[in-house]
Amino acid sequence: MATHIQPEGLADKGIAGETVAPPPRKERKLGSGIEIVLLAIFMVVMLFPVVWMLETALKDTRDIYAVPAKVISFTPTLDHFKNVFSSDSPVFQGFINSVIVAGFSTLIATVLGVPAAWAYSRFALKAKKDQLFFILSTRFMPPVVVVIPVFLMFRDLNLLDTLPGLILVYSAFNLPFTIWMMKGFIDEVPAEYEEAAMLDGFSRFEAFWRVTMPLLIPGIAATAVFALIFSWNEFVFSIFLITDPDTRTAPSAIAGLIGGTTIDWGLVAASAMTFAVPVLVFAFLVRKHLVAGVTLGAVRR
Amino acid sequence: MTSAIVAEGISKTFGDVEALKSLELDIPEGSFFVLLGPSGAGKTTTLRVLAGLEKPDTGRVLLNGIDATKATPAERDLAMVFQSYALYPKQTAAQNITSPLRARKLPKSEVDAQLKRVSELLHIEELLNRYPAQMSGGQMQRIALGRALVRDPRAFLMDEPLTNLDLKLRVEMRTELTRIHRSLGRTFLYVTNDQVEAMSMADKVAVLREGTVQQVGAPTEIYDGPANRWVATFMGSPRMNMLDCTANGRLEGEGWSLPNPGFGVSGDHRAVFGVRSEDLSLEVRDEATALEGTVYAVEPLGDRTLVDVEVGGQRIVIKAPPTATYKVGEPVRAAVDMERVHLFDAESEQAITRR
Repeated sequence: MATHIQPEGLADKGIAGETVAPPPRKERKLGSGIEIVLLAIFMVVMLFPVVWMLETALKDTRDIYAVPAKVISFTPTLDHFKNVFSSDSPVFQGFINSVIVAGFSTLIATVLGVPAAWAYSRFALKAKKDQLFFILSTRFMPPVVVVIPVFLMFRDLNLLDTLPGLILVYSAFNLPFTIWMMKGFIDEVPAEYEEAAMLDGFSRFEAFWRVTMPLLIPGIAATAVFALIFSWNEFVFSIFLITDPDTRTAPSAIAGLIGGTTIDWGLVAASAMTFAVPVLVFAFLVRKHLVAGVTLGAVRR
Repeated sequence: MTSAIVAEGISKTFGDVEALKSLELDIPEGSFFVLLGPSGAGKTTTLRVLAGLEKPDTGRVLLNGIDATKATPAERDLAMVFQSYALYPKQTAAQNITSPLRARKLPKSEVDAQLKRVSELLHIEELLNRYPAQMSGGQMQRIALGRALVRDPRAFLMDEPLTNLDLKLRVEMRTELTRIHRSLGRTFLYVTNDQVEAMSMADKVAVLREGTVQQVGAPTEIYDGPANRWVATFMGSPRMNMLDCTANGRLEGEGWSLPNPGFGVSGDHRAVFGVRSEDLSLEVRDEATALEGTVYAVEPLGDRTLVDVEVGGQRIVIKAPPTATYKVGEPVRAAVDMERVHLFDAESEQAITRR
């Protein structure tokens, strides 16, 4: 029973999605001192590229090229961000396209993947394990391996340089993942709920929709976020299948900024920052569900 | 009496496990019918096949005389109480109970009236707004029962509904279920591995073992006249005493001998003599029908004392009054109530009837 989704006001300590304060530690002062130092170094190393990019996005073009680099002593400006969203921006259309492609491909993968996962979880199918392994195996292959055959197929089908083409590819890549992740969630919901509903007089589908579905919302949210992040970040297919500036997605649009005679590093940095924000915001919004998703199997019955 | 549910030669295998082997059942309309058997006997599978949750490999399910083998669970119009209760976690008790009515799209006034009737019947008025996670096992059990009782189905199926309750509650609910059955007068099909539940509630019991029906009858019929050795030892606690013997004019075993009270045997028949511990007494009136042995162990249980006695290398248990005081190793004699003894064939293990 997935009771981490229980009525409000019913605090139940120690189950998925809830943090309990760790017991106070007293005897480890020396250890914690070293820990803090190591963690600080780690944080600096991890955050440096991000901070550098943010600074570049905020610096005046002259300051970007300044030697020695101005780390603190520069006047921040939002000009580059304005350029990202301006009417003649070379990347703005890319962001719109990315939203469309990521949104639709996630939607399709979820709409197809959840019922498929339900079927794999609930029904006895012939060679079920083999089927599931086959589905998983499609994820073993790096996208770049299939990009040429996909390119050739898309050329014949006139899907090159189109958003529906890209949506199709991303959906296909997200579907196996969705099926596998959702199957895990559905396995956690006892089939008896649906059986009870069927005996109540509901059809099999009604039973699934009314009883199991509400319990799957956190799982679907977590799965959809992963699918969304994949589609949003995907670069290989985007750059190979789309050359038209009107239909390319943000990653290849940003990559396209590099390579001219002069490179507007401020615009590149500002675009990259803008590109990174939606994923962070989205992951933050559904973080509770993500925790529930990552702690699969820790769900109390 | 007409039949509410009939199972005709139902077989079901899971992988290479034969759960049911051409099972036959005939459940009379309005009866409290108990499927009794140890775990793994196929009781739950039988129930699930009858409910339409499992497809039988062979055989037919008849509901009120109509073939329902291919009917969906909804079409069969049966209500079921699951062992795990299977309450919908995201619905309140009231929503859980009224779920079957909402499935039938009854008007709200009707739904409310039925909810009121059931909550009064089960005394659950104060639970209606709670979610399953906010209830104890006994409370959830009542809600699960309410979800079945809220409508008027062909029959009520119950899969060990009391197993997960504590002993006190179980005894209470036993009486409660009998009361409900009597007031509704509907068919109850009740699955359990607890013979006390079967004895106390059932009109009729079917004893199941390894996917086949061993015996069907009223609880006392089965208790007093088990069809075979297995049923004899399964029904009753402590289990029926069994002593190997040779039956002819007398029943003769190692270190004991009793007159044959009329069992139909010819020649020197290898058999097993069975007698329940309550049909043995340590106060001997008739020397001719007594067993001799030595006390092996004494278990005082409060309301009675169980005395283990060794008779010629085999052990029997005797129910003695709580005041009985015996010492281990003490030689005793046990009187046998020859009217209530059983004899089973040593080979086939079937009961041998009296002439």
